[in-house]
Amino acid sequence: MSTEQILGLMTGVAFGFLLQKGRVLRFEKQLGALMLRDMTIFKFMLSSILVGMVGINLLSDAGIITLSHKAMNVGAVVVGGALFGAGWAIMGFCPGTSVGALGEGRWHALFAALGMVAGAALYAELYPFFKSTVLAWKNFGKIGLPEVTGLSPWVIIALFWAATISLFAWFEKKGL
Amino acid sequence: MKRKTKDRGWSPYLAGALLGLLAVVSVWATTALLGKSTYLGASTTFVRAAGLLERTVAGEHVAANEYFKKEKVRVDWQFMLVCGIFLGALVSSLSDRSFKLEGVPPVWKKRFGPSVGKRAAGAFLGGIVAMVGARMADGCPSGHGLSGMMQLSGSAFVALAMFFCVGVIVAAIVYGRRAS
Repeated sequence: MSTEQILGLMTGVAFGFLLQKGRVLRFEKQLGALMLRDMTIFKFMLSSILVGMVGINLLSDAGIITLSHKAMNVGAVVVGGALFGAGWAIMGFCPGTSVGALGEGRWHALFAALGMVAGAALYAELYPFFKSTVLAWKNFGKIGLPEVTGLSPWVIIALFWAATISLFAWFEKKGL
Repeated sequence: MKRKTKDRGWSPYLAGALLGLLAVVSVWATTALLGKSTYLGASTTFVRAAGLLERTVAGEHVAANEYFKKEKVRVDWQFMLVCGIFLGALVSSLSDRSFKLEGVPPVWKKRFGPSVGKRAAGAFLGGIVAMVGARMADGCPSGHGLSGMMQLSGSAFVALAMFFCVGVIVAAIVYGRRAS
């Protein structure tokens, strides 16, 4: 294996370990989040975003890493996001968690993963069509919120922290 | 705040925060070792897996496909990351005995019955729709939800809002209140 592959594998093992310990891989947790009954996934994702956004922006400010935004292509993100949301609710897994759920023995996740491979193959065939339609509507390019709002990233991070910590406090108060 | 949950897992705040640290270290490590800042993601791997599988029967078709050319069909960093997720979850679940063979999840069983075939069909069809959407949006809850949010990407906030809003509506329609 190349350095690239070994690094990917090691990072993935740690990723899968934490997803499993956080108990976010299971179908009932994913559905619990989408039915707004079980906040585990919100707590898990938002906690990682809180920590990650500080570290990533520190390293980026220091010039150690470069940011890599995904394009804000309106049709792609809105229509694609909606399709993803619909499929997610039915299958009860997202791409990363399907593979993790398989690892903890939930073998019906295999059908989800196979469906997603089929979906990827289908997308590859339909790509020329999407490129001239949905993807061609309006593209704002690779923009970050600091450029959109004119605010310093640290102001946005402080606001995000304040909002998220308040949300966590509310979850705990309500016993969610 | 409890450190352990009822199902013997770690507090989601703790596990999530550790994942945040992992995400930061991973971007730093890929920059230092591979020369390119690479962020956690999962859905592009399904494109590469589809390309690798298709290539065994229709090599020329894959080589000529514009999207496969764009995403490059090969076993890259993210492909191994996704393989690692499987291994990490396997090790973690075996070590704390939460590994469980399950063909039909309880919430599904309550709504659609114990048929494995029905669950397989639902998972497969949902998977197709979700992956077409993820590739169109250029990311999933890992790429947009975690990595994009951490970078304060404009697209991540919109994508994550769409994922959850439509997911909540479809879950309510499909599983209804009867599943509770």
